[in-house]
Amino acid sequence: MIQARIRKQYPAAGDSAGFSLDIELETSKGVTALFGPSGAGKSLTLDCIAGFVRPTEGRILLDDQILFDAQARVHLPPQERRCGYVFQNYALFPHMTLRQNLAFAAERLPKLERHQKLAEMLEKFRLTDVAGRKPHELSGGQKQRCSIARALIAAPKLLLLDEPARGLDAPLRAEFYAILRQVRAEFNTPILIVTHSLEECFELADEMLVVRDGHVIQSGSPTGICENPANIEVARLLGTYNLLPVEIKALDPGKKSSLLHYQDFDIAGPYYPGHLRGDHVFIAISPQQLKALPRNGRPGPNQIPLQLLRTVPMPSAVRLEFAGEINVEMPRKEFEPLTETRDWVIEFPQQTLRIL
Amino acid sequence: MVLDWFPLWLSLRVAAMSTILAAAIGLAIAYVLANRDFRGKEFLDAAVTLPLVLPPTVLGYYLLVVLGRQSAIGHVYENIFGAPLVFSWQAAVVAALFHAAPLLIKSARAALESVDHAYERAARTLGASESKLFWRISLPLAWRSILAACVLAFARSLGDFGVTIMIAGNIPGRTQTIAVAIYDAVESGNGQTARILTIVISAITLLILAAANRIGSSFLPTRQAAR
Repeated sequence: MIQARIRKQYPAAGDSAGFSLDIELETSKGVTALFGPSGAGKSLTLDCIAGFVRPTEGRILLDDQILFDAQARVHLPPQERRCGYVFQNYALFPHMTLRQNLAFAAERLPKLERHQKLAEMLEKFRLTDVAGRKPHELSGGQKQRCSIARALIAAPKLLLLDEPARGLDAPLRAEFYAILRQVRAEFNTPILIVTHSLEECFELADEMLVVRDGHVIQSGSPTGICENPANIEVARLLGTYNLLPVEIKALDPGKKSSLLHYQDFDIAGPYYPGHLRGDHVFIAISPQQLKALPRNGRPGPNQIPLQLLRTVPMPSAVRLEFAGEINVEMPRKEFEPLTETRDWVIEFPQQTLRIL
Repeated sequence: MVLDWFPLWLSLRVAAMSTILAAAIGLAIAYVLANRDFRGKEFLDAAVTLPLVLPPTVLGYYLLVVLGRQSAIGHVYENIFGAPLVFSWQAAVVAALFHAAPLLIKSARAALESVDHAYERAARTLGASESKLFWRISLPLAWRSILAACVLAFARSLGDFGVTIMIAGNIPGRTQTIAVAIYDAVESGNGQTARILTIVISAITLLILAAANRIGSSFLPTRQAAR
């Protein structure tokens, strides 16, 4: 179990704006993902936990051991933290064979266990046949497995992964997800993974923390967060929503409805408790929830005419990109008869319209 | 005319010994400079670079003062080895050491710093102590550059003149290194000796430099190669 409250201050200097990290996290088992854009402080958080960076304030607890405590002036070196770390480029020692890489890590174990553990890990990660090779003679997948095996061989209490799937092609990514699921099932080690890929969160994470500008802005299961982003910033980071700036023109608790003003159009929505008339908010709606129809005379209720800018084919659907950065996704079958359509309207579902 | 080859052998011997000493001392200092953060770090770096820019006579004078028969160090040395340090071939080793070490420290520091930090971090998370990290990760990854720096240091040791003549003097058959011998030959109008020794030392150093380049430019397991 890791329990951390980390504050780290970088004062502004020269042309860098300064940065302040203020993060609290607690995980007990399974995979936790730190999700956010680059520069949000995700990797810095990992470095603080691993002991590479000394936080300004806070406390880091791993199981019963205090790794860092600003008040008690405890700051264990990385060697004593028992955190396995998988680096972005694996950081396999290039002058050692794969077996030597693992043996280097196994030196922590009692002498008698080393050999057996080494053989066991090689077997588990399907590396026995290539154990004598050096990292540059290994395939991407083998390097990946080796770096995970190396991090796990001395039985760490926590496994940290820093954007492990960054820059990998799709098959390698899939392989990596499979390996990590295997690790999750076979080892009891909690896993903390830094990523800026939503796909990775869905593939792997039990819990996900959305990090931005050094703060956690939402936490929960990936599905929960995607279905209910807490605020506009989360929705923006997820990148799965159309976000339309609107003004609330009317709220009617009796009829349980509201009227939203978008550009020159009115859109009817459900009643929004806790909001006031005149509030400027955003409609958050996914491209699958919106409906695009060919225009037929006057637009109907909750339909607004928009100019189609371009269409982008996707694996099983077509994405229609309209003016105002509004995207609509339509199954390819439905779109095919409509390819020649010039005038479109977009229909907003009244009852499920979410604002942020 | 019979040419006395003693200065060449002496120079090679002195250079070898000073290179070994410079490598041991220089690596330790380079390690500290590359890995530790402390106050006065850049001052230490400047101090070890100083011999590169000071006039050899100034450096020689300092060493005479510090190592001379009247000084504490000179006294201790004389008590242990039964002979004074100054104006012996051992003094020539010290002179060459001061001539060669700054360059070695600079290059070794750069070599150690060029090892991708991810390797060092990885080793630390795997529980490696700092000394295990140095001997098994940093040094093996940087050894080519460091070896090249040692070869350069050897070449530089061969060529010291100013400091050597200040603290080891010009005693034929005892402290006369090749650089001093050439000076001596020119002074005494012995043109042919000067010419031969000059050509020989030029050829030797040229070969050494070529070797150093070859070592240094081969595959370096540093930052780029790690990707």
